[in-house]
Amino acid sequence: MKPSAWRKFLRTVFFIDLIEGLWVTFHYQRPKYIYTEQYPAERPKIGERFRGAPRLNTNPETGETLCIACNLCALACPEGLIVVSSERNEKTRRKELTSFTFDTSRCMFCGLCEDACPTDALELTQDFELASYSRQGAIWDRQMLEEGPRPTQYVY
Amino acid sequence: MPETTYLDATELVLNMGPQHPSTHGVLRVILKLDGEKVIGTECVIGYLHRGVEKIAENRTYAQFVPYVDRMDYVAAVSNGLGYCLAVEKLLGVEAPPRAQAVRVILTELNRIASHLIWLGTHALDVGAITPLFYCMREREEILNIFERYCGARLTTHAFRIGGLQYETYDGFERDVRAFCDMFLPKVDEYEDLLTGNRIWVARLKNIGILTADECKAYGVTGPLLRAAGVRWDLRKAQPYSGYDQYEFEIPTGVNGDSYDRYLVRIQEMRQSVRIIRQALDGLPGGPIMGKVPKVIKPPVGEVYLSIEAPKGELGYYIVSDGSTQPYRVRVRPPSFVNLQALDRMCRGALVADVVVVIGTIDIVLGEVDR
Repeated sequence: MKPSAWRKFLRTVFFIDLIEGLWVTFHYQRPKYIYTEQYPAERPKIGERFRGAPRLNTNPETGETLCIACNLCALACPEGLIVVSSERNEKTRRKELTSFTFDTSRCMFCGLCEDACPTDALELTQDFELASYSRQGAIWDRQMLEEGPRPTQYVY
Repeated sequence: MPETTYLDATELVLNMGPQHPSTHGVLRVILKLDGEKVIGTECVIGYLHRGVEKIAENRTYAQFVPYVDRMDYVAAVSNGLGYCLAVEKLLGVEAPPRAQAVRVILTELNRIASHLIWLGTHALDVGAITPLFYCMREREEILNIFERYCGARLTTHAFRIGGLQYETYDGFERDVRAFCDMFLPKVDEYEDLLTGNRIWVARLKNIGILTADECKAYGVTGPLLRAAGVRWDLRKAQPYSGYDQYEFEIPTGVNGDSYDRYLVRIQEMRQSVRIIRQALDGLPGGPIMGKVPKVIKPPVGEVYLSIEAPKGELGYYIVSDGSTQPYRVRVRPPSFVNLQALDRMCRGALVADVVVVIGTIDIVLGEVDR
């Protein structure tokens, strides 16, 4: 038998191929290599640019909405799930936002609405807990968008 | 008493799927069996059909970008790259050099992620559970880079027509480099687990052989074609997005069996790391968005552009009638074309080999059905 054939024979007889694989597996038994995240107790670290729950920003000083009701987000949305309605203020001759609905059940979080917004009023935030008990609960009105979702907090 | 009973029949028709764990989604395969030998197979597809091509006709060019991510959701970035490049070709614009380099980095990361998913699930089908956990662990690092870069992990929407929407974040280069350094030893570990393993070799070697001529006749591309010994990679054959600047090899196989496809994909992961490192070394500065009008209205015409997605040639054929919405978008998905070869590869094999062959094609049903 040639040396290479001997080598192969001995490797087969002594289960070297299996032992090599098992060594890799046992090498990872050390507690240093624990990757599990205890989710509800331990909050995941979420990227700064994460596209999650939508939010309608308000001016922190005056509390007025930053939205100028330009309707660009509704036009940019591929699913057409944003509905903006406005009313012209007779005194200032400016459009004022009356209602804003955002159907999160159909949203795919592509971020096109956020990109289209000229005033940074509409923003996709890092909140990711969007579950609700009813379909109606997934359709967010202006108040919900401004205050953000309030998921149940559990204490451990 | 009937003359013949079911027990007398030599042929048995068996349904595999659509809810079978190793059909990788909702693929139904009708198997015609003689004992344990497969006489013929027939694929039934369409369980995941969402009409993506039709949706495109009712969306503007920019609005359709998120939808292409949902075809091959395992390699969403590649899909986005193909579509953006096709529309850019139609518009006659080119992404700036920095955008091209970042696109290459993200696409190659996604190629690694796609191959990792393939390796893990394929090994799981064959009976090795451990590689799945390791592959998912490394893929997690890639997905974390995606999350920090563009805010999404799976359906990324990373590219826009004309370039990029997001500039790289602080520490992007450091993260990608750390991943590259961490990843190469892990590939060696996968090889320790699988390459020499006698069960893995026995299950894969000489299973599902597809010769080079048969690959060409079926239109099969990607790792399947390269495993048959054909040196064909669209990144080399018709470079896009600046791939001609990078040095890399096209790994090829000899026999065109499942084992060669495994080796080719392992080598491709190493080559991807090589490309990423070169792209990081020569990452140019400058703008990330090309001169693209706000409202994309391409001239009347049609365009076909194909890229090398992790699973093969991914082509986009777009017809424009001069309006803001495409007149027709046709996608040439690699999984769909490669799936045709299933019957050829399964004939004469055993039932257990069908699972191996389905796994080795690397299909994503979201892409097959669209």
